Order: sequence, then C-alpha cells, then structure tokens
Amino acid sequence: MLKLLRQSPLSARIGMGIVILNILVALFAPLIAPYGETSVVGDVWESSSAKFYLGTDHIGRDLFTRMVYGARNTIALALLTTALSFFAGALLGLIAAVKGAWTDQLISRAIDIIMAFPTLIFALMILSVIGSSIPNLIFTIALVDLTRVYRLSRAVAMDIEVMEFVEAARLRGEGLWWLIRHEILPNALPPLIAEFGLRFCFVFLFIASLSFLGLGLQPPLADWGGMVRENSGAITFGIFIPLIPAAAIALLTVGINLIVDWFLHLSSGLHE
Amino acid sequence: MKNVLMLIFKRTGASLITVFIISLIIFIGVEALPGDVAETVLGQGATPETVEAFRKELKLDLPPHVRYVAWLNDFVHGEFGNSLANGRPVAGLIGWRFGNTLFLAMSTAVIAIPLAIILGMLAALYRNTFFDKLISTTTLTFISFPEFFIAYILISLLSVKFNIFPSLAVIDPEMGLGSRIYAIILPSLTLTFVVTAHMMRQTRAAIINVLASAYIEMAEIKGMKRLRIIILHAFPNSLSPVINVVAVNMAYLIVGVVLVEVVFVYPGLGQLLVDSVAKRDLPVVQASGLVFSVVYISLNLFADILSMLSNPKLRQSQI
Repeated sequence: MLKLLRQSPLSARIGMGIVILNILVALFAPLIAPYGETSVVGDVWESSSAKFYLGTDHIGRDLFTRMVYGARNTIALALLTTALSFFAGALLGLIAAVKGAWTDQLISRAIDIIMAFPTLIFALMILSVIGSSIPNLIFTIALVDLTRVYRLSRAVAMDIEVMEFVEAARLRGEGLWWLIRHEILPNALPPLIAEFGLRFCFVFLFIASLSFLGLGLQPPLADWGGMVRENSGAITFGIFIPLIPAAAIALLTVGINLIVDWFLHLSSGLHE
Repeated sequence: MKNVLMLIFKRTGASLITVFIISLIIFIGVEALPGDVAETVLGQGATPETVEAFRKELKLDLPPHVRYVAWLNDFVHGEFGNSLANGRPVAGLIGWRFGNTLFLAMSTAVIAIPLAIILGMLAALYRNTFFDKLISTTTLTFISFPEFFIAYILISLLSVKFNIFPSLAVIDPEMGLGSRIYAIILPSLTLTFVVTAHMMRQTRAAIINVLASAYIEMAEIKGMKRLRIIILHAFPNSLSPVINVVAVNMAYLIVGVVLVEVVFVYPGLGQLLVDSVAKRDLPVVQASGLVFSVVYISLNLFADILSMLSNPKLRQSQI
C-alpha cells in the first residue's frame, strides 16, 4: 500500500491533498472556525480583512466560518447518502445476479423505470411531494443514485456468477448470503470501490445543485450550494463572494476525480 | 428492412409503456401525500366547508382510478388543470416557457454539436499528443464543475468586469429574434461548456474505438493516405456511436437547463418547475415533470432508433 502511494503520479497526489484537506477541515470545523456557524458578526458583504479572512456574507456572517462549517455539513451529507445508495444498490445488484430469474426481472424493471426519469426532475418531483428535510433529501438522492450502482454491481456479479468456484459452492449447498459474502463480493470489490468515488462526486454535485435551487439543506445551516444562492446578488455589485463556495465545490470534485482516474488506471492493469 | 421496422416498432412500444408507467407514478406520488392536496394547500386554518368545496373543485371526491383516467385524458388534450398558487390554467403557464426552454436548448445545440464533434475527432486523430492532453484535461475539469460555477464565472467576466452581455436573461413575448439571442448568450454559453465537454469526450472515445479495429490497420498497411482512411473507413463506421452520443447529450441538455435557467432568471420550464416545487404547486409540478420526462424519453428513443438504422450489426440483434 505504501509502495503504491509512493509510485502515485502527481495528479493523484494533488487529488489526495485536496481530499485530505477537505476531510481535516470538516472534522475539526469548530476548532478552525473563528466565529459561530450562524452568528452575525459584521456588515453585509464586507471585503476580506484580518478580522474576516474571506469577508462577510449577505447578512453579515463571517464567510470563512461558513465555508468551514459548510465543508462539514455538505461532505457529511454527501458521504451518508453515498454510503446508503451504495449499500442498497450493491446489495440489490448482487441479489439480482445470484438469484436470477424473476427476482432479477422484478428488480431490473423497477430500476429501469427510475432511470427513465431525468435524475434532477425525478428528485424535484419527489421532494415536492414529501417536502425537503434532511432525511427526505438523503432518501431521495440515494434512490436516484442507487440505480447506477445497481447496474454496475449486477453486471460485475453476473460475470463472476458463472465461474466454476461459484458453481462448486452452489453444489455444496451454500445459501444466498454465503455465496454473496464469500464468493462474489471479494471478487467484485475493486470496480465497486472506484465506482464509490464517482458516485460520491455525483451525489456531492447533486446536493450542491439542490441546495443552490433552495431545495437542499435549509438555512441557517451552512452549505456550499446554498451559500452560492444566498450571495448570488453580490455579483452584480462586482463582489465575487458567490464564486468562493462554488470554487470549493469544483475543487473537491476535481480532487476526487483525479484519485479515481489513477485508481481506474491501476485496476485496469495498464502500466506504461 | 422488415426486420428493422419490427425492431423500431418494438422499441417505440417499450417507450410508450415507460411513459405510461411514469405518468402513473407521477399521479400516485401526489396521491400518496399525507392528508390530501386540498388540506395541504388550504393549510390548518381552513374550515371543513372550504376544504370540501375545494376538494370538489379538484374532483378529489371521485375514486382514484377514475381521476387518473380523467387526468391522463386531459393531459393528452393539453389540459393541465389550474395552478394552485394563482389559479391560472397550467397549460398557458407551461406553453410559453416550454418554448423558451426549447429555444435555449436548440441555440446551444447549434453551437455545441459541431464544436464537440470537430474537437472530438481532432483529439482522436492526434491522440496522446499535447493537443489531446490539453483538451482532455480541460474537459475533465469542466465536467467536475457545477453548472452554476461556470455560469457565475462567465457573469463576473463578461457581464460585470467587461460589460458586454446582460447577467439576467430577461425575455418577453414581444421581443424580436435578435434581442432574444443577445439575451440568452450567457446561459447558452454556460450550457455549451458543460455539454461540449461531455460530448467531446464520448466522441473521442467512440472514434478511437473505430480507429483501433483491424480494417483500419489493414488500410494503413496497404499504404492508404491518412485522410482517405478517415473519410472512407473511419467516418462511416463511427457515425452510429457519434449520433448516439449527440442524442444522449441532447437529452442531458434538456434537463441541464434547469440550473442554468435559475441562475439567469430565464423564464423557462425548468425555472417554473423549481418555483412550483418550492411552493408545492402540485398540478404545475406534475405537468412540467411529465413534459420533461416525455422529452427525455423521446430523445433517448430517437438515439436508439438512429443507431439501429446506422449500424447493420444492431439491425439484426434483438432488443
């Protein structure tokens, strides 16, 4: 593992640096932030100074503090959602592949229907009915996202399922869970891990978009997408505050993509 | 040929069934609301009589399956009911805005499609050179950016710093074509960046796939000129994947407009949908969601049919 890290290309190292920085900020948010998450400490849209590193936002809260707490809220929400969608999607995919027959048909057709909707429209429609609270948000985005995980894990498991060692285990009389846990999952893991990174990016951007539309995390919670929305009025006055949280979103996504690229390159077995 | 027609027929049938199921889901989704629409809209303070009257108006006193058939029938005939927020007919609200959304999407497509195909082809031809790497890195970066980031960068550069284009895409029905195009330049440019990045990467991958096949190598060994190989052998064979890429990205574009419309306060269907979700104006959400879904499914269907027609291998296989 250490040897692999030492051989990693520059792009992957930049990516890891970005991700680690974000994780540290998210973990130690209360220690790093100079003010409280929701406390109003200055004037509206003050420019950056020694007192306010990045200036203040549309109601006079310290933007740096909001950015730090925003990292915590946005990343935690995205991670939780990805974990849920990944767990559910992978499990359904493995079950469909191993069970086959009508179980596979049933799950696959249901997934097809969800995928026939454009993702953002689907999420917007669900949220309009059930309302936008944090549990609803997690559930909705996980539902949209698990379709992609399902497709991949089913395809990967289908390839493994026809191997002799699975057949042998079947003949031994092993049950569904044993087959999934001991025969299929260990072999399906590498492509699934790379997919986790891509799914996280998708979920992260999706939450940012929903928050930007005012339907994600609700104020006064700090959230990068929401902060772009709240401060968007500043831009016509030549104050570029909304660009800061937007850039933070872009930076983290680029960082993860760089790592995933390296990982895919490694697991594809291509060596130059 | 009979085979192909049969295949297209089957594929279209599958899409129709999907649209039907989607309409059913949209309808049931609103049914599943705790209480019902009448109570949700009127709120806590409403008297039972008012709720009852409103329920009559929305035909909520009829059984669900009767209402579903009536709703679908109205929808097919362009009757979407009335908005809960302001009581105006939804059809009137949606019609003009849907036209605006299509106008924005089409203007983007006119720039983005040729640009993406040319860049993709060049990147595939000069693959692994500096030019290819530059394009690949740039597009990967753009894919990672949220749409609103690109939009605000463009606004701060072209609208605030150099006052060339308006930062708000305000249009009204009386405007001429010229001033309309001028108003949507920035939103259209934003969408172009996003869509071109996706489309160009997929085009490059599709063409490289073709260039790697044995008959291209054969032609090279024969000593054919490079330009001749591309025009005679590579281009016809990469047509099918490229058409597919274009159609799939057009489907993406129709949905991608939502965020961009909100940034530029452009009066399109996407902005209407977002507003209505916030207000929980369910008839408008239902109608615009269904319109978006139907367009999305049709474009995917169109992509599949085109690639069936342009690819002899697909013509023979099953669905």
